Amino acid sequence: MIFLEGIERLFKVGDQQVHALDNVTLDVPAGEYLSIMGPSGSGKSTLLNILGLLDRPTAGRYLLNKKDVTSLTDDEQARTRRETIGFVFQFFHLVPRLTAKQNVELPLVLAGTDPVERSARSEKILQAMGLSDRAHHRPDQLSGGQRQRVAIARATIMEPKVLLADEPTGNLDRSSGNEVIDIIEQLNQKGITLIIVTHDPEIGSRAGRQIHMIDGKIETDTAQST
Amino acid sequence: MSLVDVLKFTLGSLQGHRLRTVLMLLAMAIGVAAVVILTSLGEGARRYVTGEFASLGTHLIIVLPGKSETTGGGPNMFIGDTPRDLTIDDSLALTRTSTIRRMAPISVGSAAVSWQEREREVPILGSTSDLLDIRHWSMAQGKFLPPGDPGLASPVCVIGAKVRNELFGVQSALGEWVRIGDRRFRVIGVMATEGRSIGIDVQEVVIIPVASAQMLFNSPSLFRIIIEARNREAIQPAIDFTRSTLRERHQGEEDVTIITQDAVLSTFDRIFNALTLTVAGIATISLIVAGILIMNVMLVAITQRTAEIGLLKAIGASGRQILILFLMEAAVLSLIGAIIGLVIGETGSWFIGYLYPALPVGPPVWAIVAAVSVAIITGLLFGTLPARHAARLDPVQALSRR
Repeated sequence: MIFLEGIERLFKVGDQQVHALDNVTLDVPAGEYLSIMGPSGSGKSTLLNILGLLDRPTAGRYLLNKKDVTSLTDDEQARTRRETIGFVFQFFHLVPRLTAKQNVELPLVLAGTDPVERSARSEKILQAMGLSDRAHHRPDQLSGGQRQRVAIARATIMEPKVLLADEPTGNLDRSSGNEVIDIIEQLNQKGITLIIVTHDPEIGSRAGRQIHMIDGKIETDTAQST
Repeated sequence: MSLVDVLKFTLGSLQGHRLRTVLMLLAMAIGVAAVVILTSLGEGARRYVTGEFASLGTHLIIVLPGKSETTGGGPNMFIGDTPRDLTIDDSLALTRTSTIRRMAPISVGSAAVSWQEREREVPILGSTSDLLDIRHWSMAQGKFLPPGDPGLASPVCVIGAKVRNELFGVQSALGEWVRIGDRRFRVIGVMATEGRSIGIDVQEVVIIPVASAQMLFNSPSLFRIIIEARNREAIQPAIDFTRSTLRERHQGEEDVTIITQDAVLSTFDRIFNALTLTVAGIATISLIVAGILIMNVMLVAITQRTAEIGLLKAIGASGRQILILFLMEAAVLSLIGAIIGLVIGETGSWFIGYLYPALPVGPPVWAIVAAVSVAIITGLLFGTLPARHAARLDPVQALSRR
């Protein structure tokens, strides 16, 4: 599903060059549950951004679904993000003036889906998330756990092949955090490729495959050691 | 992304930031309203002046006796040497061309007009029947001077409304005999009160046949001849014909001054058009200022909305879609602002027209079209920079902030 080879990412800080990612090679088969852990500044978020096509690597090859995506145009990358990748963020990033339902529908709006179909699909997915009665509430009227569930609904409404979660529980209390993890693990069992970036070793250890990153390099990878 | 969705999203985001939206709309509306009001004032002044001139008649050529040697229009233009008078026969000679539709010789004087025990000193206009049509006057009662040989001194007169009121009061004037100077004339008509024009107040004159006036004032000389050319193109041939005819009749000497009304009229027209364009130009500056304000506010808005833009990119919006969204915001703002400005401007110019009914205010169509299109163009133009800024925003940076 995902194949990275020799990925480098350089940042310029003043006149110094910082190696956020240093020769990262990674092969993630479809349907895998992968967690990326490591201290702050180890490059795990940068890796996730590159996986999600939000950032371009300085060097290296990235094959998504056997297709080289590093050389795509802006429009093609946007389409790939829309159709094959779902994002869940630490800070939810819901649009505050839109209701839960409208937030969930946003990717469909961008894709130009017909309003009737849009409504039906968003209602269905909100029901699956147990949020039917909250559909017409705005984000500031929802609890943290509810907001993150809306965000997951939005990330998965296009039925993506890959779900990328950046500290999805970082801003939640323990019980709603567990609830959120349960939901995305269920999605993984239905076949979605799940990649979680986290600080929390407890959450990270639930993944079938775990990667530790330090200084832009993959330090340990449970798939290789076993 | 369909147009309806883009519009919905835009309106939602404009509603989400009320104060900002209202301020930008206000700036745009003031700009457009300024253009509309200022141009309608300029246009009103132009229409007023040309209207006043047009009420004198159209395609007019005026022949004055005497020729001023200097080209300036000083006082001696009218007191130039008059070796030869302009006579009725001169004026009749001018009717022998197709370029001239109508002609009226005019002699002017002043005399006492009396009826029973009332008497009044009134300007007397001697002319012919064509004067009514040339000057676009209208009658309140009775008839104007009868057509016929201008050399015939018939004892009839047409009086102005004010003269009628002062001499006759509530009694009927038609058919009555009045004394003008030492002669008696029968009143055959009363001029309509609205027959006003620059120079002569029709309400205050008494009009008699030109031959009668010459007998009354004991002078064969005409004050002027008013000629109406057949159409605008015929004006120049008519002038040439007049000049050559009169030169021939005056022993080869060109001793008349010829003025055309259209020349004066079109000069005023040009002056006022230039004036209107100038004020429109000044008002356009306020429109451009409004555009710059929209640009600034949108740039600030984009910094505030970084997270939203980053999110839209993450869930699959292309740079182009972001660009369209922000351009649409600028376009909607300027369009609504322009409409509000148009309403304010129209109301304002209606109010000015209400306060000064004599001034025919009203924005010219070109000004409305120009104001609205300049508003939308500046909005889009100045919206482009922030929109491009938003489209190029790096989603990673955008999302890393709260």
